[in-house]
Amino acid sequence: MKRNKRSLSSAAARSFAKHWQLYLVVIPPLLYFIIFKYYPMLNAVLAFKDYNVIKGIWGSPWVGMKNFKLFFDNPTFWDLIKNTIYLSGYLLLAGFPIPIALALMLNEVRSSRFKRFVQLVTFAPYFISTVVMVSIIMLFLAPRLGFVNVLMNHLGLDSINFLGVPSMFRSIYVWSDIWQTAGYSAVIYLAALAGIDPTLYEAAKVDGASRFQKIWHVDLPGILPTITIVLILNVGNIMAVGFEKVYLLQNPLNLVNSEIISTYVYSIGLLNANYSFATAVGLFNSVINLVMLVLVNSLAKRFSNNSLW
Amino acid sequence: MSSKRTTIRESAGDRLFMLVIYTILTLVLIAVIYPLIYIVSSSISSPAAVTSGKVWLWPVDISFKGFETLLHTPQIVTGYGNSLFYTAAGTLISVALTVMIAYPLSRKTFFGRSGIMMIITFTMIFSGGLIPTYMVVRALHLIDTRWALLIPNAIWVWQVIIARSFFMSSIPEELIEASEIDGCSDLRFMRSVVIPLSKPILAVLVLMYAVGQWNAYFDALIYLKSAKLFPLQLILRSIIIQNNSSGVMDAMKMVERQQLAELLKYALIVIATLPVLIIYPFVQRFFVQGMLVGSVKG
Repeated sequence: MKRNKRSLSSAAARSFAKHWQLYLVVIPPLLYFIIFKYYPMLNAVLAFKDYNVIKGIWGSPWVGMKNFKLFFDNPTFWDLIKNTIYLSGYLLLAGFPIPIALALMLNEVRSSRFKRFVQLVTFAPYFISTVVMVSIIMLFLAPRLGFVNVLMNHLGLDSINFLGVPSMFRSIYVWSDIWQTAGYSAVIYLAALAGIDPTLYEAAKVDGASRFQKIWHVDLPGILPTITIVLILNVGNIMAVGFEKVYLLQNPLNLVNSEIISTYVYSIGLLNANYSFATAVGLFNSVINLVMLVLVNSLAKRFSNNSLW
Repeated sequence: MSSKRTTIRESAGDRLFMLVIYTILTLVLIAVIYPLIYIVSSSISSPAAVTSGKVWLWPVDISFKGFETLLHTPQIVTGYGNSLFYTAAGTLISVALTVMIAYPLSRKTFFGRSGIMMIITFTMIFSGGLIPTYMVVRALHLIDTRWALLIPNAIWVWQVIIARSFFMSSIPEELIEASEIDGCSDLRFMRSVVIPLSKPILAVLVLMYAVGQWNAYFDALIYLKSAKLFPLQLILRSIIIQNNSSGVMDAMKMVERQQLAELLKYALIVIATLPVLIIYPFVQRFFVQGMLVGSVKG
């Protein structure tokens, strides 16, 4: 043990002496992480304080769990949790299998030109910014002149103010998200499919497997490790549904279903300058995310031998 | 790919299965491409055709009135200029910082690399949160300066991971040893060997950061106050999403106003996406490459 330690420190000394230039190079990026990622984590003590502008973060009085209690006792608490989980749960359930199906189907296509074209097109919406995406949604769903309502009028249906109906909010969010990202997400599965051992296909053919059986018995098991990893990452992010898009799609009419934890933090914290309370809410959210990630990862490790760490 | 299915004739079931797949994929294709075509067509149709719902697929009464108006709107022109600046400067800073941390971490003899890697990766799954980060940016007096859009989100951990795995897999150990024997310093090696050998990954980094910076709006929303610093995305939001086109429409006659306002939205969407869409067919390959490099465990 002792010897080990000494050889470790001498290895460090040797590395410093040899690579001192690289250690210099690494300083600016490391400072970035310390200042903009780790210092904010320290700042999160704000959640346990009663922030006072004049006294600053460290001079403000401690209040223990008061801010958290305030949040848990808040009548909106359960609505926020519910909205956040419903939205991301819906997104996960609907959005997770579609890229897998897309990749499996594309993998069957023989014409490489058709395959490339489908990929090129379905990948493209990924590059549309959130603001443009929401703009498109709003233009298409506009009550009077929007494409969807014009079409519905042609078919003899009445116009609907889609974004004003709370019950439609989640579907609008989720399906536009799938439209935008399914092609992009499929790439990773296509790569995994390309890595499957060709002899497995030959064996399947010899056994007289149909195309569907081939997908079921060769393709799916082959990409299962990739599926698991992506699933872990997605579940670990369940409380972190994209703030930007929800915030932009929000309006007073759909707020009942569209107010999620992150938009709440923004409006309470930055717009109403209630720093301590908003920090507590944000911290609560981050901790739940972390716990979920660790939990799912250990479950995956136990049941499928696949995990992030 | 095609070699694995050659001589054996397909069964009826398999052919039906393929038919279903082709049908679904074609429907997917249409669902994705139709809105895109519709938007572009609307942006170059006449204002009257757009508002009366005459545009279905191809442009009706082609006119470039929307783009012309945008060109004469100072707000838009400033926003466009700002966005170009943020994209160029931000990409430069981000790529430089990413390479500066990814390369040392790729060297096996760099002591502490796994520790640093862990410290970095941890920030992907846990963060101090919006308010604590805002307080740091404020304490550094970056609020309402251009730096606020260039520095606080300069490094994306995912890009560091991608770059690091690239360096590890494509800078041969022999090259490093040879250069060490020749007495070449690490910096010199980085400059004259690593950078020239890493053009593919540099391209990936530049593209990803540039697209990200061009599309970003949230940092601008929370850190900027002066309209003259606003990037295009923020202006887009105020005009389309908040329906606040007064600044743009001042010069217009009342009659034309509403029709034009509608058309302008389509034109705005097009010009805001144009840079990305123009380079897209060329860069798609790089993006796929980047994603694949990143998925290599290392």
